[in-house]
Formats: sequence, structure tokens, C-alpha cells
Amino acid sequence: MQSAETQTAAIPIWRDERYLNLLGQAIFAVVILAAGYYLYRNMEAGLRRQGTTLGFGFIQGTSGFDIAETLFEYSRSSTFWQAFQVGLLNTLLVSVVGILFSTILGVILGVARLAANPLVRWLATGYLELMRNLSLLVFLVFWYLGVFLKLPKIKEAVIWPGPTFLTNRGIAIPWGVPTETFPAYRLILALGVLAAILIAAALHARGRRTGKPPLTILWAGASFVVVVVLGWFALPAAPLAWDLPYPEGLRIAGGKIFTPEFMALVSGLVLYTAAFIGEVVRAGIQAVSRGQVEAARAIGLTGFQTLRLVIFPQALRVIIPPLTSQYLNLAKNSSLAIAIGYPDVFYVSNTILNQSGRAVEMITLVMLTYLLFSLITSAFMNWYNRRIQLVER
Amino acid sequence: MTSRRVFTLFALMLTAALVLAACGTPTTGGTERIVETVVVTVEVPGAAPAPLPVPPAGYGATLATVLERGTLICGVNSQVPGFGYIDANGVFSGFDVDYCRALAAAIFGDASKVEFRPVTAAERFTALQSGEIDILSRNTTWSTVRDTELGGNFVHTTFYDGQGMMVPADTGITTLQDLEGGTICVQTGTTTELNLADVMAAEGVSYTPAVFEDADSTFAAYAEERCDAVTTDKSGLVSRRTVLADPSAHVILDVTMSKEPLGPMVRHGDDQWFDIAQWTVFALFSGEEFGITSANVDDVLASATAPEARRLLGLEGDLGLKLGLSNDWAYNILKLVGNYAEVYNRNLGPDTPTYIPRGYNSLYVDGGLLYAPPFR
Repeated sequence: MQSAETQTAAIPIWRDERYLNLLGQAIFAVVILAAGYYLYRNMEAGLRRQGTTLGFGFIQGTSGFDIAETLFEYSRSSTFWQAFQVGLLNTLLVSVVGILFSTILGVILGVARLAANPLVRWLATGYLELMRNLSLLVFLVFWYLGVFLKLPKIKEAVIWPGPTFLTNRGIAIPWGVPTETFPAYRLILALGVLAAILIAAALHARGRRTGKPPLTILWAGASFVVVVVLGWFALPAAPLAWDLPYPEGLRIAGGKIFTPEFMALVSGLVLYTAAFIGEVVRAGIQAVSRGQVEAARAIGLTGFQTLRLVIFPQALRVIIPPLTSQYLNLAKNSSLAIAIGYPDVFYVSNTILNQSGRAVEMITLVMLTYLLFSLITSAFMNWYNRRIQLVER
Repeated sequence: MTSRRVFTLFALMLTAALVLAACGTPTTGGTERIVETVVVTVEVPGAAPAPLPVPPAGYGATLATVLERGTLICGVNSQVPGFGYIDANGVFSGFDVDYCRALAAAIFGDASKVEFRPVTAAERFTALQSGEIDILSRNTTWSTVRDTELGGNFVHTTFYDGQGMMVPADTGITTLQDLEGGTICVQTGTTTELNLADVMAAEGVSYTPAVFEDADSTFAAYAEERCDAVTTDKSGLVSRRTVLADPSAHVILDVTMSKEPLGPMVRHGDDQWFDIAQWTVFALFSGEEFGITSANVDDVLASATAPEARRLLGLEGDLGLKLGLSNDWAYNILKLVGNYAEVYNRNLGPDTPTYIPRGYNSLYVDGGLLYAPPFR
């Protein structure tokens, strides 16, 4: 060994490990590029043999099919691109609603799992163990065929006060329809947000000065509600009119209808993901050292204050990275919608693929969509993670 | 140190081997080619690849492949009783399935030399284009896009169908207008899905589609009353109604929403294969027209005097040889599978649960649309 190192300068280039390493990496890069190029050429030759070429020109063509659930005006004479957007928005809707509810439920479950009350603790533990060991696809089909399609027909609908209609065509609830005073009300909403921000800033400044931790979110939220409620009655006419659902022939007219497919998908995703989030929250809370809690108790903080001021801020640092991957999982798992016929981006793209025969293009588009969606979500969560890490002193 | 160096050397050899493998396309090879490929690779992002000459699938290539393999691979349905499904004995049967048997009889003189590949509506064209199947015989509608962009050729219509609508009898729905505001179950990736949108837009009826991935889940959702009606080709409705819990509780509306000429489909580029597939259909038609059945074909062979029947059975001329087959190809079809009427009655006749009146699917002499060109 000793003699080999002293002779380094004399080593010829073909035995010099630095050059060999560089060469190895260069060859590896070339091989990867060549393999990719070979596969691309192969695909192109195959497509040409079939008489087709790659290209996204077809996406401006008329789609010719209808979609059940659309968040904007769409008909059979819209383009494939608009159909794709319908699916994209449906995926976003399911993801956002799913993330919101699974976070709320997950935090409750995580805390309940560590509760002092044994009944609460055992219930939460049982739920988490059951959910985490089910297959999501089976669970979704269960919610669809076993729950939401088993609801009664429209003529025999279960009517809850509101009225809320429970039928196998969906769940209809009353919904607000904007009236002519709604534009003015929008200003009042903005005013409410402004008031909330001002109150929050003032409380924060006062907290800094006095050293007393303010209940910022509570008071800011309360001021928003006060402004919004006062504004509602201050206007000459109510900004939103109640649109009540009622059965009309074969359908339920009016109100807002959540289809069985949407309900099954959201219920399945939320209940499933919440179990994982619950475990993440529990792990985060347990990561805060016992001494912190004891110290908080010793200086006279109540149980809730300990949770809010000592445990959560520190647990959050542990929670955020695994929570991000749960969010990504939920968004990606929403593509299982294809099993129950909810028109998400993957399902609609599949229909477009079938009707246009453009497999390579559509699959590429779908993959890019999920990639972009995941990257944006994790970029946001990483930003939030860095922000809360800075609190550390 | 030594082991690391050995590893580096090994990695180098491995990468070199990979380079060779990556460049080993049928048209390249040898050390000089490696250098060339590497240079091209660097230019990938900007350079448009030079157009390759289109390699034709080639006249006669499909028949040669099939003969060499010893079996015909036929893409079929496995979910539509009467057309293509797996019966109680685990055997494929149905109208479209029997066409495959007729083609195998024409090629091999043996109707059992077929391998059936069940394909879904969504994957059928890809399976045909990629050569996974030799022919697609799966209640597929003839349309312009499928004949051109999807790279296929429709052989001939074997079943004239139309899209229909089925509703539960107790709803009292009799017309499309009665479905105003209703929900309609339909299968994705089909012409049915497009026709439904077209017809409902033309009739001014607003509806909600409930779209599913395959026939089984579409009809499962209909059985669960997810929708007020289900739509597909009338033949499909008749067929699927037989497997609902109570077939008599469902009625097929007296409306025809589209023309649905169903028939087998082959790939672009092999005209001989197209001819064989097409004249197999005509042999089935002509068998019925000339009154030749599987039961009497041997008698006809012994005593036939009509010149066209003699040419069909290979007693005169060499029509079979012109197709690249043996001269008794049509005899084999009629002997082993039967004529069109026999195939029809076996799968869709009055004695079957999937009975569909012949209607347009009668010979032209009986007022139908089946008309074979002359065998000469």
C-alpha cells in the first residue's frame, strides 16, 4: 500500500483510477442516452408501420362524448383538450377535499390514540389497524357498490331535514345560489379577511410585548365571522338564495348533488388516508420528549395549552415530511376512480385514448400531470417545512 | 484496493456489452456502428430523425405466419352470450367465435386450430395493430376512423345491428324523450358512447352518462339501478338481458339510435389476408344461398351440377389456390362449421336464450342485406 501511494505520479493514465472513474461515468451516460434513443426510434418505427405519427394536434378535435360530472360547461361538441381539463379539475377537487378531511380526521385519530381515556384509545387503535390493513381498491368498491348504490331509489328517497335527499343517484343538499347582491357581498368577504389579518397582526404584536401567548386564530376567525354575518344582514337582499333539492321525474333537481361515485371515492380516500395520517401525528407527538410536557405542567400550563403551545409546534417538524408523502399518496390513489366510474383525469384520458387511438400521447400527458401535481405539492410542503424549522432557536 | 479495481474493470466490460446490445438493431452491428450511434445520440434533442422507409406488413405475411404457427389467433369477446362468451363447459362459443372457426377451417381444414384471445373494447385495436392477434372478431362496428387512423380494414359486415336502449319494464319508459333528466349507463371506448351523445343532443334530451370500463361493470351498475337505462347494440342488450336476475323485468325500447354494421377486422397492409377473411364471409353467405349445409355438403359434392356451387366447393376451377389456400377451403368451412344460417341459428336462433329475429341479417333473396359476389 505504502509503495503504491508514493508512486501515484508515475501511474499511467489507463490505470489512474480518477480517469477510469470519469470514463466509467461518461460511458454510463452514453449508454443510458443510447438506450433511450433506441427505444424512442423503435416506438416511432412501430407507429409509422401502423400509419400513425406522434403529435398533439388531435387534442383540438371534437371529443364527441359526454361526461357526467363537470365543473365547467362541457358538451359532446367540446374538444378533447376541454375533456382533459374536466378530468383534471375533478382530480383536483377530489384531492383537495380529500386532503382537507383526511387531515382533520387524521389529527383527531392521532391525538385519540394517545388519549388517557382507554375507550377512546382502543377505538382509535382499532380503527387505525383495520384501515391500514385493507386494500384501498377493495375499500372503494365496498363504498360504491355496498353503501352508496344501496341507498333507496329517488321515489323512495330518505329525506333528512334541510331537506337532504339520500338516493342511489347521489346525495342532494340545499345550496346557495348567488343573487344580484352577491358582487357587493364579495367586497364584504374581502373586508372580513382584511379585518382578520389586522386583528391577528395586532394580537401578535401584543403577544410579543407582554409575553402572553395570544389565541390568534380564534380571535381572527371570530372577527371574520362577525364582519361576514353583519354584512349579510346589512345588504338590502340576501346575497345567496337557498336552492332546495326536490325530486323531478327521473332526477333530483335543484340543490347540490354529490354523485355516488364522488361520495364513494372521497369517503374511501379520506377514511383510508386518515388512518395513515393518524399514525404520522401519533409518531410526531411521541417524538416530543417527555421532559417538555413535564416542564410545561410545572410552569402551570393546562393540558390544552401544553398541546397547543409546547407539543404541536415541535411535533409539526417531525410530522410535515411524512405528511407530505401521505398527501401525494392520496392524490395519486385518486386514479383508482376508474374502478367506480368517477371521471377523474386518468379515466377521462383513457376515454380520449380509446376514442382517438392516441395511446402514447395520452399516457405521456397523464404521467406528466401526476408528476407536476406531486412536484407542486411537495414544493409547497417543503416550503412550509422550512418555515416552521426556522422557529427553532 | 484490488477488489475495487476488479469491480471497475467489470463495470467497464458490462457497459461495453450494453452499448453493443443497444446498438444491435437489425440494420446495425460491428464496431464502426457503435461510434456512429454515439455521435447521433449527442444530437438527439434537436435533430428530427430521418424518415425510415415504411416496411409493409407484406402481401401474404399473415397467412405465412399463421401456417407456420399452426394455429389462428383470434381476438374475441368473452362477455356477450350469443356473440362471444365462454360457455358452461369452458369452451368459447358464439356467432363471432364461429366465424374464427370458419376461417381456421378454410386455412387448415380443421376448425379447432384457433386460439381465442379475449380482448376488451379498449384494448382490441392495439392488440390487432401490434400483431398479438391475427384477426379481430368481436362485435366491432365498422366506421371511418377505425378503417383509417386505427390501421385496420373491415372485412365485411357479418351482422347488421343498431344501437338500442333497455329500461326496467316497471318504469313505463317507452321513448327517448321519457328519459329526460335520467341517467344512462354506457361502456367507455365504444361507438355507443359517441352515438348516445349524438342522439341525445339531436333529440334535445338532457341526461347524465354513467360510464364504466367493461360490459360486466356497466350491466352490474344497471342491475344495481345506478341508471334508468342502459345502452349498447341491440344484439348486446338481448344477450346481456339473459343474464340479468329477471330478464322479463326489462324491455328494449323500440328505437334504433344508430347503424351498427358489425364484422371482423384485419390489419392494414396484407391484401391476401384481407381477401381470405372476406371470402370466408362470402362462402358462409353463399352456402346458405345455394342450400349447402354441413349435413348435405357431401351429397352436394357428389352430385352438384350448378356451376357456381361446383366452383365454390372446388370441383371446378382453382378459386382456393388463388386465395393461397387449398381448393377445398369452402367445402371445409361448410362441412366443419356450416353455412351462415346454421351459424346464426346455433347462436342467435329461436331455440337459444339469445334469440334475435334475423331482420336485415337475411339473404337478399329473403329481403335482407346479405349478398355475396359471384364465385368465379
